[in-house]
Amino acid sequence: MAISDLEVLELEAIANTLRQDIIRMLVSVGSGHAGGPLGMAEVFAALYFHVMKHDPKNPFWDERDRLILSNGHICAVRYAAMARSGYFPVEELLTYRKINSRLQGHPHNLSLPGLENTGGPLGQGLSQAVGRCIAGRLDGKKYRVFCGMSDGEHNEGQTWEALMFAGNRKLRNLTTLMDRNNIQIDGHTEDIFPLEPLKEKYDAIKWHVIEIDGHNVRQIIEACDEAKAIYEKPTAIICHTIPGKGVDYMENNYEWHGKAPTKEQGDIALEQLKAEGERIQKEIGGLSKA
Amino acid sequence: MHLVESLFSKDIKKAATRDGYGEAVMELGEADPNVMVLSGDLTESTRTLKFSKKFPERYVEAGVAEQNMAGMAAGLAFEGKIPFVSSFAVFSPGRNWDQIRVSICYSKANVKIAGSHTGLITGGDGATHQALEDIAMTRCLPNMVVLAPCDSIETKKATIAAAKHQGPVYIRFARDKTPVFTTPETPFEIGKALVLRNGEDASIIACGTMVYPALQASEELSKEGFSVRVVNNPSIKPIDVDTIVACARDTGAIVTAEEHQIYGGLGGAVAEVLTTNRPVPQEIVGVMDTFGESGEPKELLQKYGLTVEHIVSAVKKAIERKAEGFGVRKAV
Ligand SMILES: Cc1ncc(C[n+]2csc(CCOP(=O)(O)OP(=O)(O)O)c2C)c(N)n1
Ligand SMILES: [Mg+2]
Repeated sequence: MAISDLEVLELEAIANTLRQDIIRMLVSVGSGHAGGPLGMAEVFAALYFHVMKHDPKNPFWDERDRLILSNGHICAVRYAAMARSGYFPVEELLTYRKINSRLQGHPHNLSLPGLENTGGPLGQGLSQAVGRCIAGRLDGKKYRVFCGMSDGEHNEGQTWEALMFAGNRKLRNLTTLMDRNNIQIDGHTEDIFPLEPLKEKYDAIKWHVIEIDGHNVRQIIEACDEAKAIYEKPTAIICHTIPGKGVDYMENNYEWHGKAPTKEQGDIALEQLKAEGERIQKEIGGLSKA
Repeated sequence: MHLVESLFSKDIKKAATRDGYGEAVMELGEADPNVMVLSGDLTESTRTLKFSKKFPERYVEAGVAEQNMAGMAAGLAFEGKIPFVSSFAVFSPGRNWDQIRVSICYSKANVKIAGSHTGLITGGDGATHQALEDIAMTRCLPNMVVLAPCDSIETKKATIAAAKHQGPVYIRFARDKTPVFTTPETPFEIGKALVLRNGEDASIIACGTMVYPALQASEELSKEGFSVRVVNNPSIKPIDVDTIVACARDTGAIVTAEEHQIYGGLGGAVAEVLTTNRPVPQEIVGVMDTFGESGEPKELLQKYGLTVEHIVSAVKKAIERKAEGFGVRKAV
């Protein structure tokens, strides 16, 4: 599905809105994860507003594409994307991490319709995604299974168990989107637990690999299209992202992995994000006129 | 007995038990060149960052890979090192339980497992990160010592005692700040419980973050004319049979309190001692066979039944059951 320049800009605008939502959610509760969610805003905007087949009003629709989130700590961006696409009221985002909320600090499948899995303990998601793929095949279903993953969780043995299994079984309905942001909690991934050469590792275990700029909406969509067209392998989309993207004092700083901005820091973040949002709107205006 | 002076003062000093762990590994690192720390990408959260800076060669960043971390610790131990495996309890001993069972416990490797973020007071991260089953899954393991210290000072002592003990030890502690009510002089010994307050009508046997609320409950109950003993039981295994049996004999009614599932934790351990030695009515205060959720620690303790008031009513129930004749529970 080719995508127009206007559609790209509109998705960028949505990503910008998700980022503002994330900041408001974190400031409101005073805890949570900032780095990963901000870095994955374009990916989630593209998934929920363009790529995935889904129906916010019918979250259990049998033919929906399944999105398993393995790195559950980035759920703020998923919640924001779900609210903005109509799964639940946007105001509910501010209950995130608070008592009696459907928006748990790490996502719980039974708490909120539309979540496919419970996640947080890293490395568990891909195995579940593989199970969904096998079942889909068995039942002759057409749905695709997407799995959001992080680079940090590639330290876990279970991640590689699932990766090797999926490669061996040629699970073509499986597409992973990896947040390759180069950070984990204790520091930069290549200092803590080096993963490179990553593409070669995936190649060796029979995956189709696409490396993209994870902030480039067009690349995200084209990679998802390519994954669909690849017939004999599962596809890993390695999304190179900037953790904390859009907030200058958070960008590329691993200390913002699991921290919330204060009210003042949040205001600065929102100011920067709003300026970016206005820039995108101006571009959209320019395009519409042309 | 053995406690800070203004025990029930509103502004009693608070500190996280994990801070006590961090201080202890620093001291141990200075004292013994064999002491090592392994961390599963949670160095700051487990308060081992200082150790990692001071003794970089004896610090192993294992990454987000707890199974490998536990296995490596066993290997280190067999070469004479004293490794402290540091992570959140849900991941260690959660993720790596088989490695702990076989490579560490069955093999008697001198490994210390330190599990942080136990209990509901882990807070906003929610159920996935709140360890409420770790006592159950460690105390069933042969050769394992299980410690659940009550404040930051006792956590420090427990960590130091763990290093001295030859063999596998699991120490559980928590993220949030809680009252510091013991002193450096308060006795601590693996295998020993400590009577903190005497009483005759019932005994509360508590561990970890529930010991301080147990003391508050006893204080509340004294205003209503009840005399309630409070026992700090940090050594879940080996458990202090003598002290527990003495409580049963002297007071005839027991309440246990812990930030853990009601099944398999301190309550279960005490019940095992009572049924095989001196059966008396027992009430178990803990999380009622359910997972937690996100929220502020205080809200969660309230919602899941772990407050002073909950202990108070459990004590009254135990005393009532004692009066009715042992063992018979009134139909509700
Ligand atoms: C099994 C497991 N071990 C440890 C943790 C604690 N933890 C949460 S996030 C994280 C860092 C992982 O890096 P990454 O997922 O790349 O984080 P990000 O890029 O979003 O900061 C760790 C170690 C966990 N959630 N699960
Ligand atoms: Mg990362």
